Amino acid sequence: MADSAAQFDTDIQKGILRLIAHGDWRARSVGPIDSRLRDFSDDSVGRDLVIDMTGIERLDTTGAMLLQRTFFACDSRTSASKIVGATDPQRALMEQIQHHLAPCHIAPYHGNAFVVVLERLGQAVANTYYSALELMSFIGAVLATFWKVVRQPSHFRWTSTVHHMEEAGLDAIPIVGLMSFLIGAVVAFMGAKILSLFNADIFTVELVGISVLREFGVLLSAILIAGRSGSAFTAQIGSMKIREEIDAMRVLGLDPMEVLVLPRVIALVVMLPIIAFIAAFLGVVGGALVAASAMDISIALFVARFEETIILNHFWAGMIKAPFFAFVIAVIGCFQGMEVEGSAESLGQRTTLSVVQALFLVIVIDAFFAMFYLEIDF
Amino acid sequence: MTRAAHAINHVIEVRGLSTQFGEAIVHDDLDLDVCAGEILGVVGGSGTGKSVLMRAIIGLKRPSLGVVRVFGEDFYGVSGKVRLSIERRWGVLFQGGALFSSLTVAQNIMAPIREHLKIEGELAKDMAALKISMVGLPAEAGAKYPSELSGGMRKRAGLARALALDPELVFLDEPTAGLDPIGAARFDDLISNLKESLGLTVFMVTHDLDTLHATCDRVAVLAEKRVIACGPLDEVRQTDHPWVREYFSGPRGRAALAAKAG
Repeated sequence: MADSAAQFDTDIQKGILRLIAHGDWRARSVGPIDSRLRDFSDDSVGRDLVIDMTGIERLDTTGAMLLQRTFFACDSRTSASKIVGATDPQRALMEQIQHHLAPCHIAPYHGNAFVVVLERLGQAVANTYYSALELMSFIGAVLATFWKVVRQPSHFRWTSTVHHMEEAGLDAIPIVGLMSFLIGAVVAFMGAKILSLFNADIFTVELVGISVLREFGVLLSAILIAGRSGSAFTAQIGSMKIREEIDAMRVLGLDPMEVLVLPRVIALVVMLPIIAFIAAFLGVVGGALVAASAMDISIALFVARFEETIILNHFWAGMIKAPFFAFVIAVIGCFQGMEVEGSAESLGQRTTLSVVQALFLVIVIDAFFAMFYLEIDF
Repeated sequence: MTRAAHAINHVIEVRGLSTQFGEAIVHDDLDLDVCAGEILGVVGGSGTGKSVLMRAIIGLKRPSLGVVRVFGEDFYGVSGKVRLSIERRWGVLFQGGALFSSLTVAQNIMAPIREHLKIEGELAKDMAALKISMVGLPAEAGAKYPSELSGGMRKRAGLARALALDPELVFLDEPTAGLDPIGAARFDDLISNLKESLGLTVFMVTHDLDTLHATCDRVAVLAEKRVIACGPLDEVRQTDHPWVREYFSGPRGRAALAAKAG
């Protein structure tokens, strides 16, 4: 079917304006004549207009809307104005459309751009303040629930806790271990390159040992767990919130803090030190392998030097941080999950926010520990 | 482009359709016709594949066997270009409205207009306003985001978007599900009115007996992986099949019939 174009001609007979429409007046074909039609109706406001539809082959709501719009724009409200030549179905359509010509709102009015920027800034500041308060109160609730469970150990959810230990902890070990191994190797390579300039290759052992034990092992574990398990906590709890499962729990007399939050927090607080330990071990192994293969430091020499120079403090300095990181990651993951409201977009936003906040706080806490260790000479 | 005579009567022809998800067979050798200018109601128990049938016809679920002809063209056999031209001639209302959440209602309606008709600016806005008014939404609703609308308004907005390109064929997936009885009755009226004034062909998946009585010219019953009955409501009601009997003679079926008679 060859689409013929929508067309119209105008003339004046006995002082009455005539618009003779012909062709295909459908949505797909009226686009090109819209502006001409508008000009026409702008020029002839308040005049008598006869619209002749005899030549119209096809008509749909859009075509009918254009004709009616033109008609009403010009209409002089005398009997001389009329629409002629329409078939019965066309007339019915025209009559129907006549009631639907009012314009509608397209987008909400946002106001002055400068004001909007200020408003957003203010809102962001206020939101930060309130969400910090809410997070504090959530932490309080977690601790209170923990205390309750300590006093009444029968309330402790073993199954759930062990499940999360496996899912959030055990399953993460291969990827965390691999990453830490590679980082240990990379640090050793860097050390080999620079330290050999000073003929101090052997200090690679200290470089790898101290950096991996104090920082990299635990920090990398925390970062990976925040991205992997913290976000999973938010997604799990958030989707339960959307499906009203949390509400169902509350009316059944189950405390979501006790059933959902506490097992996750405890699971992560138990598992992250273990993961960090494995990560630190594999990081040192990575460093030792590079030292053996790329430099003249045999494994035996590496181990001997390691025993001699790396005091246990370095190890503890790293490990002490692990439960703190774990607590922050788990609490923020659960908190953001509980904050999810209604829609899937909210779930996505909260999941992103959970990872960003957890990473930020992990780094902040790490910095505090570094300063603290410096002060106490640890 | 010439069309065979039968295709003018039958907007949709489904022949020997089989669909399956993995091992589970949903439809087996299913035939169905939809005539031009009619409202066909597709009913069936939960899990009989009403929505899957609709998705198979509109190209979202490829059937494992069989032919789907829409406007006389074999939908799964033609080139992408022909397919697109078919898609421009139909509108689909999904169950939840399926409005784009980042756009306002008016922008949702303007999206297909911009994309397919290359119409921008004032005309696009006028067309959106027309559709919004036709489905019975207030003018203010145009500037609202889907999340700010009630379920009923969302369905109306979804219908407005389905009608944006002035389609000849409209698919409705459970249009009245989740609406209160008053809203559902209004929606039935709306669909009947639009069909009358625009000459639409409507393929409607529904559970709602009142909708069947109020709007549908013909009813197709899905059961046992096939269409077991298809025809005017009174004929279908006589079908001797346990599900059909239970469906139409249950308390709700009788109430809907009484409402129609009264």
